[in-house]
Amino acid sequence: GRLSSALDIIRTIRDPEKPNTLEELEVVTESCVEVHEIGEDEYLVIIRFTPTVPHCSLATLIGLCLRIKLQRCLPFRHKLEIYISEGTHSTEEDINKQINDKERVAAAMENPNLREIVEQCVTEPD
Amino acid sequence: QCVTTLEGHENEVKSVAWAPSGTLLATCSRDKSVWVWEVDEEEEYECVSVLNSHTQDVKHVVWHPNQELLASASYDDTVKLYHEEEDDWVCCATLEGHESTVWSMAFDRSGERLASCSDDKTVRIWRRYKPGNEEGVACSGTDPTWKCVCNLSGYHTRTIYDVAWCHLTGALATACGDDAIRVFEESAVFAAALLLLLCHNSPGRAVTLHCSASVLRTSVEAEPSRKKRPRVSFSRHMSLMARAVFPVSFLE
Repeated sequence: GRLSSALDIIRTIRDPEKPNTLEELEVVTESCVEVHEIGEDEYLVIIRFTPTVPHCSLATLIGLCLRIKLQRCLPFRHKLEIYISEGTHSTEEDINKQINDKERVAAAMENPNLREIVEQCVTEPD
Repeated sequence: QCVTTLEGHENEVKSVAWAPSGTLLATCSRDKSVWVWEVDEEEEYECVSVLNSHTQDVKHVVWHPNQELLASASYDDTVKLYHEEEDDWVCCATLEGHESTVWSMAFDRSGERLASCSDDKTVRIWRRYKPGNEEGVACSGTDPTWKCVCNLSGYHTRTIYDVAWCHLTGALATACGDDAIRVFEESAVFAAALLLLLCHNSPGRAVTLHCSASVLRTSVEAEPSRKKRPRVSFSRHMSLMARAVFPVSFLE
């Protein structure tokens, strides 16, 4: 169903640093996705991911990849919330705030370097 | 015709606002600063102040309705107020209380109250208390204190991006990330959400809403149009707050 759509979209995202997918690195797992109906044919999708290293910028980058790919690929009307799973990062509040602020996300995607990395991480191999 | 381009901000400029006098322009930016510009009779603009009080992106600036008092809303969860003191612009108050980014604010008609809206899904109303006020609210020196007198929580399910305060009717309207516009009217404690309007991209349906007399004094009709978003006609004062919306349900 919707949960597995979301999971299928994020499991193949590549880690920005390592040559592995987020699923392989256990950054995302089945239990990290929540879907709630919030209106007629509209769903709230919540992702709680576990970054591999406690490095701020990488965690934010993974959050950005998750948001971008889900926004582009989810086949149903949705609102999206992305969080670092609790207790896995020292500055998780700051990171969560950034990756859920639409202007911060837009600004990040306007940065050519960040955008390049995101595109590489989210593009499905042929 | 573009008469001038003002440069200086180091990052995206998010908001601009004219002061009631028409001679001052305030701007704010993702570079965390608020700038005040003055325009003279020859239409020459000069930056008269760069205010670096906020610690994060500044989302919005708004002027007091009749005084040269400026308010700014920021990602740092605060609202700051500024005025000119001995030829220098200074931050004269910081409104703390929101638990996340403040996206916007609006003064009421008198300018004695300010409404702020936030990513924390609440709207807070702040009231100005001048030194020597009857209510006994403490002030430091000659500066008024702003105190939060109302917290509208539990009505919005996502970030509230904007708030507008009608100077004619006193009604407060909010723009929310859950696709709804909410209108609040002041009862004794600003408690009731009286109308919930939902914008959808779905095809139109004809709906007629008859709203309770104390709220809108009118009926609101929606009719499907050929465009994706059906048009709704409102009474005179409601049109100050919203256009092209499609009411799906409403609360009375």
